[in-house]
Formats: sequence, C-alpha cells, structure tokens
Amino acid sequence: MAPNAVEVHDLRKSYGPVEAVRGISFTVAEGEVFALLGPNGAGKTTTVEILEGFRRRDGGRVSVLGFDPATGDRRLKEQMGIVLQTSGVDPYLTVDETVEMFRGYYPKPRPLDEVIDLVGLRDKRDSRVTKLSGGQRRRLDVAIALAGDPRVLFLDEPTTGFDPGARRNAWDVIKGLKDLGKTIFLTSHSMDEVQFLADRVVIISAGRVVAEGAPDTLAGREKAAAMIRFRVPADANLPAAISFEMKSEGDFVEVQTQDPTRALYELTSWAVQQNLSLDGLEVTRPSLEDVYLQITEQAGAAGTQA
Amino acid sequence: MNDLRLALRQVWYINKAFLRNPASLFFTLIFPLMFLVIFSVIFGNGHVQVGPGQTVRVATFYVPSIAAFSVITACYTNIAISLTFSRDSGALKRIHGSPLPVWSYMFARIFHSVVIAILLVGICAAFGAVFYGATLPTSTLPAFAVTLVIGAAVFCILGVAISGFIPNADASPAVVNGTVLPLLFISNVFIPLQNPPPWLDILGKIFPVRHFADALIGSFFNLNGSGLHTDDLLVLGAWGIAGLVVGIRFFQWEPRI
Repeated sequence: MAPNAVEVHDLRKSYGPVEAVRGISFTVAEGEVFALLGPNGAGKTTTVEILEGFRRRDGGRVSVLGFDPATGDRRLKEQMGIVLQTSGVDPYLTVDETVEMFRGYYPKPRPLDEVIDLVGLRDKRDSRVTKLSGGQRRRLDVAIALAGDPRVLFLDEPTTGFDPGARRNAWDVIKGLKDLGKTIFLTSHSMDEVQFLADRVVIISAGRVVAEGAPDTLAGREKAAAMIRFRVPADANLPAAISFEMKSEGDFVEVQTQDPTRALYELTSWAVQQNLSLDGLEVTRPSLEDVYLQITEQAGAAGTQA
Repeated sequence: MNDLRLALRQVWYINKAFLRNPASLFFTLIFPLMFLVIFSVIFGNGHVQVGPGQTVRVATFYVPSIAAFSVITACYTNIAISLTFSRDSGALKRIHGSPLPVWSYMFARIFHSVVIAILLVGICAAFGAVFYGATLPTSTLPAFAVTLVIGAAVFCILGVAISGFIPNADASPAVVNGTVLPLLFISNVFIPLQNPPPWLDILGKIFPVRHFADALIGSFFNLNGSGLHTDDLLVLGAWGIAGLVVGIRFFQWEPRI
C-alpha cells in the first residue's frame, strides 16, 4: 500500500475564543486528488494553511510527506507546491522572471518552457505581472506552484475568476498532474470542478468533518432517488398504471423514483401507445451540489442548536 | 554556500524590480541628490564649524550630511516601505512558503540596499569633489567606509524592524517618514547644528540618526587621527542590536488584515 501523502488526526485550532477547527481527521493517499469542501468560515483555509506550514496548530497530529509542516523543514518545502487564495508576486517582474526566480529555490525544478506551456502563458512570458489579467495572474500562481516539480500540490480555490475555457484548461492541467503521480489537495466552491477532478471529498462545517467519500457516492448519492422530468400536453391523461408518484411543476411533470429503469419503461411504453412525445425528457440524480448543500445545511442547523 | 548563491541571485531579482518601480527609483535615487543640489544652492554660502577650530562652507558640509541622508533613505525608508508592499501583496507569504531560507531573503534585501547606499554616497562625494572641491580624505577613508557600512546595516535592520509595526502599505510612507523626517531636521543632517538648545541636543542624541550623521561628517572633515567616532558607532550598534531583537520578534510575512 502506498503511504499517505497527508495525514491529519484530531486537528484543532482556535483564534482567541473562536474554535475554527475542532478535531478534524482525514488522510490523503499519495497520487490522489483530494478535495476539502465546506462553506466560508468552516475552517478550510485554516486547515490548508496548517498543512502548508503557514499556521501553527493548537492540537492534534499532522504530517505531509512524513514531515510535520510546523517545523518549516526545507526538505518538505522542496516537495510542496502551493497556490494561495490570493496571489502575491512582484508586480514589476515578468512572467518568465517570476517563474525562473522560484525555480531557483528548488533542487530539481521543472523546465521553464514546460511550466509556462502547462499553464498556457507562452504568449505572455515577457509581460510584466502588472499587465496580466486576473485569470492570467492565477495561472502564473499555478506556474509558480509547479516550478519546483512538487510531489504534493495545494490548490486553494485555483480557478476562481476563470472563464469557462480557462477553467477547462486548468482542469486538464490538474488531470495531467495526477497522471504524473502528483498528490493534489484542492479546495473549491465549484462542485463541477470537484466532480470532475476529485477522487475523494471531505466536507467540513463549523470546524468538523460532516461527510467523506467519493464524489459519486457521497452521502449515498448513488442510491438516492432519481428524478424523471418531462413535458406532456395538458389534456393527456397520465395512466394510473404508472406505479410512481408524480407532481406537476409548471409545464413539466416530475417523478421521483428509486427504480428509474422500470419507471422509464412504463412511462415510455405508455407514451408510445398513446403516440405522445415526452418533450424535454431527462433523468437526473442529485448533483454533488445538491448533496453538498443538503449536508452543509443540516450541519449548519445542528451547529446552531448545539 | 549554496544559500549564499541563492541570496545573491535574489539580489538580482530585487534590483530588477527596484529599477522598474518608479516610486522607489525616485524616492531612493533621485530624492537625495535633489536635496543635495537644492540645499547647497540655497544655504551653501555660509560657513559652519565642523570641528575644533575648523570651519567649512555649508555647501561642503552638505556633501557628507546628504550622503548620510542617502544611506538612511536607501536603507531604512526603502526597506520598510518595499517590505510592507511585498507583505500586503502576499509576495512575502509566497516566498516564505518556498524553500528559500529566510536569512537568504533578508540578506538579499539588506545587501541590495547597502549597495544602493554606497552608490549614492559615491555620487554625493563625486558631486562635492566636482563642484566644491571637497574631496574624500585618504587618511580617514577607512573610518568613512566603516561608518558607512555599519550605518547602512543598522538602518536596514531598523527598516525591517519598523515594518512589523506598519499596519498596511498605504500607511507605510506616513509611518516611515513620520519617524525619520523630524530626526533628519534635528540631527545635523538637513540643517547644520550650531549651538542647539541643550534639550534638542539631548533629544537628537537619543536616536541613531544624529550619531550616524556625526560619525560620517566627522570622518569626512576631522583629519586628526583615524576619524573614527567610536562612541557614535557604539550607540549605532546598540540600535542595530535592539532593531534585530525587535525585528525577529515582530516581523510579519503575511498581510495584516
């Protein structure tokens, strides 16, 4: 079994009287894309910054690649790439100069051209940082994180402010890094991003872990009722024989079912016999976002009662 | 050794950014030379006593005094303001998260400022030599150089130390100039002190600016002996050690919110 890249056990951190992190535990396997999710103020950034070595913990155990990040060990920093939530680079240096400056800090940096191409800044490599757009600056952040060819990459909301095309590119870059065997620790508010990238997800709320699993199976998502949605003419008589609950939602009819195969069979057989078309027919499972909202709302409600 | 190479490499990047930043270029490089010209032209014709029984033209006096001002600007002012801007932008945090050793980075910042300070002092000296025939004395040149390097290093350390007390980049010019400008007026730098009231004399002598200016001006004019003002340098050194302690305790890598 591959060793864990990140191990967190009973992590605690308070700011004055405010307990930001109240006993979080999880592990991230080497080579995994891991996403830490949660509403603003849940303790995500605190947790990530403890792992990155920027903050001290009050309690619990933490290890990244076998090192305690609180010691600021250089051997750990040499194997770690960090994209912070806010970018910070010297505005008067060019893209090339910035990446080259950071490359120099690492024992085995990734070739400059490769880094620049990975983030798609070839056209901008001689531009000063002041002249870059927000999305380009974010890509420069990613480039800096990749400069040292890290084993573990921390990405704190890496695609915030990207246009859809740039976001797709960034996702491809991250997928490519996973294929190279890198461990990727992600936080994000985009559930599409998490669905597309993450192997495993931990959701925290008010400083505690409230759910954990693969995006596809989180909180029993794969077993949750499917929804069939379609449109029929107003005068159509839906058959009583169809053995499931339905309700009207505007023009649409919505059907919740645990057995979408059978329900679709009954529905479509009926429609064919009646010579009706079921316009806009679709079958959906609850999205990761639905599950996420449900979990964090429940946790939030429980939190205010406690 | 490798870390020293990293530090020198960092100096190159710091210098690049410094030369492209119009504010740092103007306030650090142009400002002191502008003062030198203006003060010399306006007040230059009077005479001032610089040692027992030794008077020089005020224009000549301004050569070492504005050299001292240049050092303070290039070191204290430049470091405090540029560090605060880097901290506010998050650039310091990024550096801190990289394997670059803290001392390599700090050494690079300080080294760069000291080099700029020496360059400015050289320009002041050349200006004095060309226009007022005030040449650097060879007999006290070692004392002048030692004073310059110690002063530059101390004001760099004080610049690093004060940055920990500056809330954000917008406040940095106010805090930095607020601390140093009044001292420049009462410390024999902008105005040659001739029989100041005792309280002002004592006040000035509490702070490092007066001691640096006296030591540098002294080594420029006082040709008896080595010209080394050991007592002034000791006070400067004490300020440097205090700055080091405070800097290590209060320096911040992350933006203060």
